[in-house]
Amino acid sequence: MPDDLNWAIGGEAGDGIDSTGKIFAQALSRAGRHVFTSKDFASRIRGGYTAYKVRTAVDRVESVVDRLDILIALTERTIHENEDELHDDSVIIYDGERTTMQDVEVPGDATALEVPLKRLAEDAGGAIMLNVVALGAACEVTNFPIENLDESLQKRFGDKGEAIVENNKKAARKGRDYVREEYDEEFGYELETTDADYVLLNGDEAIGMGAIAGGCRFYAGYPITPATDVMEYMTGRVDQFGGKVVQAEDELAAINMALGAARAGARSMTATSGPGIDLMTETFGLVATSETPLVICDVMRSGPSTGMPTKQEQGDLNMTLYGGHGEIPRFVLAPTTISECFWKTVEAFNLAEKYQTPVYLVSDLALAVTEQTFSPETFDMDEVEIERGKVVDENDIDAWLDEKGRFQAHFPAADGISPRAFPGTTDGAHMTTGLEHDELGRRTEDTEVRVEQVDKRQRKVETAKEEEDFDYREFGDADADTLVISWGSNEGAMREALGFLDEDGHDVRFISVPYIFPRPDLTEEVESADDVIVVECNATGQFADVIEHDVLERVERINKYTGVRFKADELADEIKQTLAGDAGTQEVEAE
Amino acid sequence: MSSDVRFTDFKSDKQPTWCPGCGDFGTMNGMMKALAETGNDPDNTFVVAGIGCSGKIGTYMHSYALHGVHGRALPVGIGVKMANPELEVMVAGGDGDGYSIGAGHFIHAVRRNVDMSYVVMDNRIYGLTKGQASPTSRQDFETATTPEGPGQPPVNPKALALAAGATFIAQSFSSNSQRHAEIVQQAIEHDGFGFVNVYSPCVTFNDVDTYDYFRDTIVDLDETDHDAQNRDQAKDKILESDKEYMGVLYQDEDSVPFEEREGIEAPMNDIPDGAPEGAMDLVREFY
Repeated sequence: MPDDLNWAIGGEAGDGIDSTGKIFAQALSRAGRHVFTSKDFASRIRGGYTAYKVRTAVDRVESVVDRLDILIALTERTIHENEDELHDDSVIIYDGERTTMQDVEVPGDATALEVPLKRLAEDAGGAIMLNVVALGAACEVTNFPIENLDESLQKRFGDKGEAIVENNKKAARKGRDYVREEYDEEFGYELETTDADYVLLNGDEAIGMGAIAGGCRFYAGYPITPATDVMEYMTGRVDQFGGKVVQAEDELAAINMALGAARAGARSMTATSGPGIDLMTETFGLVATSETPLVICDVMRSGPSTGMPTKQEQGDLNMTLYGGHGEIPRFVLAPTTISECFWKTVEAFNLAEKYQTPVYLVSDLALAVTEQTFSPETFDMDEVEIERGKVVDENDIDAWLDEKGRFQAHFPAADGISPRAFPGTTDGAHMTTGLEHDELGRRTEDTEVRVEQVDKRQRKVETAKEEEDFDYREFGDADADTLVISWGSNEGAMREALGFLDEDGHDVRFISVPYIFPRPDLTEEVESADDVIVVECNATGQFADVIEHDVLERVERINKYTGVRFKADELADEIKQTLAGDAGTQEVEAE
Repeated sequence: MSSDVRFTDFKSDKQPTWCPGCGDFGTMNGMMKALAETGNDPDNTFVVAGIGCSGKIGTYMHSYALHGVHGRALPVGIGVKMANPELEVMVAGGDGDGYSIGAGHFIHAVRRNVDMSYVVMDNRIYGLTKGQASPTSRQDFETATTPEGPGQPPVNPKALALAAGATFIAQSFSSNSQRHAEIVQQAIEHDGFGFVNVYSPCVTFNDVDTYDYFRDTIVDLDETDHDAQNRDQAKDKILESDKEYMGVLYQDEDSVPFEEREGIEAPMNDIPDGAPEGAMDLVREFY
């Protein structure tokens, strides 16, 4: 039997499936085993089918697979839902004394272990512990030391009192002993323990932790699946570092509060999912035009509209890349792993403040609800660096005042980045607006100033491309003829797929891209491969579209954005200049 | 903060483009006077405005300011104040901004009771889009988009505020500059959300709710025996829809601002160069 084991508990929402699964996952993690969890759940509070799945191995695991070895089935439906993943060596643990479970049909040659979960739980002190009885039974089937489960039970029930912890330990042993006594056989599974030291967390938690580590002090949000865990994580924790989480009345309020806090000088964030991004998009334009640093996290789920709130999709790439009217400079980062959820969040705040722009941090449901083990050093806080950009104070503000002593908050600097004065800074008082404005932040329709400010904002992107490393990660065979590209949470599954492909004699080069905009130029990589495949969880291939776009030959461009329409003679001149090859002035000058 | 600040220090060098005679001139002057009078200066003041004629105020005043999107000024102000409770935060808007598109935020800002002031320039019409009905327009007020009147009663913002648990509700009239400045000053000094509805006539599009109308009808609460701390009295005055009042309608003197209840004391703009001390404990929680 391979050490790689797939375990699940399933039942109805409200059966305690999540917490039971988590107790087992934490026990494995604390026993020095790697863990990768996933959840099947529906958008309802009670009832329906829900499952918590755990894949565990001594070696690192990066994805889910279509195989289930141990299944704790609290309902008959649980067995049917997972029928395709069961095999001849699978073991199903169920309570045959439950009326609905008396004539359970077991697929194939899988073993069905009937354990009176509820009755044993009652013997241990209460029927509510029946899930823990099942965990004890699973320990016996997998030869996993029950002492490792004890620590996990302590962690889960410790604050409810020692008596509750002891009863749960007793319940687990009832389950173990029942299987030991009634089924005197070996099931062929063995969960070896190691001395390794792991932490177990999901992508939303990693984003919240990255935010706090990265200096975020203000968070405003509105609950939405699957982004809410970011807010729940930060609530109470960011307070310890002088910050605050506010649950706003809606997404519009959330992003506007976050914008206000950012203008007051706080590192500030909001997180939502696609429908919330829709609502925030108007203010997103204001954030960009007012040059306010803000991190907006989109934990994607199936759309459009309310779509499938509890299901995976990567359908928001176009929205984060192009959303909003007018042309808006922005950064779009997309972590590809749970640990990257942490590091990209830290980076998002640095980019936001260095370039005074909104940053979309795009995660997805698969990252959000999956828990994975890491060595604690993966999140080495000493590695966190914070760069606040061009913040000026009383000592150096003079350099940025105009001849009348007014602070030029939108000064058209060569690198596109203006000085920033936090409110309260002497001589820094200034306004800003979503209207086109001059260097003082005052509204203007002057064509020259308009062009100057548009160019200034766009120059930030060019500066960032020079200063930052918008790179990709590479796996597999660098010389392979087949190139696979993906973004977001697909990285883990794709890395494991490389192994399967290799077994079949397919050499594949795999590139995982965490930057949507600006993004690495993959022209050379694409052109040097025979076959290029872009993997993404959506119907139309939004990332494939941008990759194709990037490798297209460029057309010459004539652009005008003064606020005045094209004139015939002006166009003729521009086209002649372009044809003559001196297209140095591709955009039409302001008159 | 310096004691020698004059109200003109809050004036920017940009000339207002409001119509001659617009009520917003007086409203703004009163705001600037009140800010100076309460010991603030432009460098510790943050003014947030929405869209419309009223939204232009940030451009004509000199302070830290943000001119936002339509209806969303209040949440911006809340964010500013929470992130830096040392700032004086004032939000300004119009009746469309505050009671139509931003009505939801209005109710929740009232509930939240953050220590800031909210001045609404109520002219009972949409001016900048050239004369359509606003949420405070009279039921029979004829406009381009409501040729027979809106056909629905106007919003009573003071009643909304009271119902949502307001701790300070006042009304003023931009033309009575001394009283107006005093009322805004009381809103600033109030410990919590200071809401002032200002009658700020539109001389171009509203020929019903004019200066003359308000001058003839408005009653100064200071000249009555109104007890602003008495919620029942306040309720009765607020629900008298055929009367126009000036002064503080209601004030809860025991009000504790949200940020004080939540223990937000220091500005959030000062952060270390790396992860905060003790951040590794955040990781260890996941053992």
